[in-house]
Amino acid sequence: MSDLNTAMIEKYRSSFLKEVEANVEEGEWVKMCMQCGVCSGSCPLGKHWDHPPQEIFMMIRANKRDEVLSTDSMWMCTSCYNCIARCPRGLPITHIMHGLAVYSKRLGLTQKKQPTAEFSQIFWDNLMKKGRVNELKLGLSMYFKDGFGQGIKNAMANQKLGQNMMKAKRMNAMEFFGGHSVKDLSGFQKMVKKAQEIEEGNLKDAK
Amino acid sequence: MAKIELSFYPGCSSQKGATSSNYLVSAQTMCEELDIQLNEIPDWNCCGASIGYGGGGELPRLALSARNIALSEEHNAGQEIVATCAACWLSTREAKERLHEDEQMFKDANAALSEAGLKYKGESNVRHMVEVLVEDIGFDTIKSKVKKPLEGIKIAGYVGCQTNRPFGIAGESFENPQYLDRIVESVGAESIPTYEKKVQCCGGALAFSEPEKSQEMIKGIIEAAYDNGADMIVTPCPLCQANVEIYQDNINETYGTKFNMPVVYYSTLMSVAFGRNATDAALNGQVIPAKKLEEIANK
Repeated sequence: MSDLNTAMIEKYRSSFLKEVEANVEEGEWVKMCMQCGVCSGSCPLGKHWDHPPQEIFMMIRANKRDEVLSTDSMWMCTSCYNCIARCPRGLPITHIMHGLAVYSKRLGLTQKKQPTAEFSQIFWDNLMKKGRVNELKLGLSMYFKDGFGQGIKNAMANQKLGQNMMKAKRMNAMEFFGGHSVKDLSGFQKMVKKAQEIEEGNLKDAK
Repeated sequence: MAKIELSFYPGCSSQKGATSSNYLVSAQTMCEELDIQLNEIPDWNCCGASIGYGGGGELPRLALSARNIALSEEHNAGQEIVATCAACWLSTREAKERLHEDEQMFKDANAALSEAGLKYKGESNVRHMVEVLVEDIGFDTIKSKVKKPLEGIKIAGYVGCQTNRPFGIAGESFENPQYLDRIVESVGAESIPTYEKKVQCCGGALAFSEPEKSQEMIKGIIEAAYDNGADMIVTPCPLCQANVEIYQDNINETYGTKFNMPVVYYSTLMSVAFGRNATDAALNGQVIPAKKLEEIANK
């Protein structure tokens, strides 16, 4: 268990709701849920959530900390914003789900090999390198995330798709070497580093 | 008509050799015909899209968009920011709203931006290209520019998620937006206002991480287009376009379907209808060729 997780359990021993309100993006909205279930019924991947949003909101209030932070339900969010558009109370549900997913990951509680958690990190790392996404490397990183052998298998399975995209000039093998970039890369990276320091500092203060 | 000048945020997927490079080409053609001048935001960066949150958290993610807005305010002062990509638009507008509502976040974002010698004010409007078309240009003007009506083509207007929610287009409903159908009609094609999958999610970024779950949804989007007698699907979103077009082989293999449905952008339709050639309309960027549009473009 991570030190941060232990510290948070200590601090918020009696109230997971307070922990969420203080540390999760848009977490202060959780208490506003009125349990109508429209979010759960509106989610395009709803059937794949072990606990759909409505349930997660109730579980937070019922102090089900371990269950909420270890489920991979939040990672099923496609960011379609259907729940936000329909919530009668105006809860920013998409952002709360993203916030819970990130919080679980920071505490080291996200399930290993959760594909969307992995992809999300791969995407972020990819855009950090040049300030812009390198789609070719993004695809390759995803194919090869579980090792070289599996990567070759994945690449072979998607060979035709890749050829189609290259033929349409919507994929470029040369992107492997360098590729698109912001010009002020050092300024860009300093900016993000500073933002990360501020955000991590806030979490530490909460400890 | 007076020239409209906009501060343009093209986004990563529009770059040369990237998945929606064809969108950029056709959008530029469309804007030339509509007398819209796109001034690219110098040195723009990725917005983090809808999947970067898991790696970036909140402030670093918001800082990405704050940098783009700050660059626009410095170099394209007084111009509204416009994006063609749904996720670019959403992230930028969302960041602007969050930084406006949260004073501490505004200060923190500026502390981060100062490392790059930038200052965020957040005074620019952030709009999607379709807002410009619907609100500033108008359907009548679009209609008046048509040289080759897209007669005899039936098109399913697939709006998707992020162009539609949570912000959407003023005056349109989230559940049954009509503007894409009206664009289709304005260029002389036949629309399908009752296309039931018009705001169905395609999986977005999860098409990559959860391909089976996403392709099941994509299958529904294409199937409904066939059921409604569509010749092709049109969309305003680069990820919708790619997801619905490029996985049709995989879906056919999984489900035994025989899908071969072209998926184009509104800007593709307009470029062809405005009389421009197939290259200007980026029809060569189709993985599934839009033959009926090619015929008209080559006439």
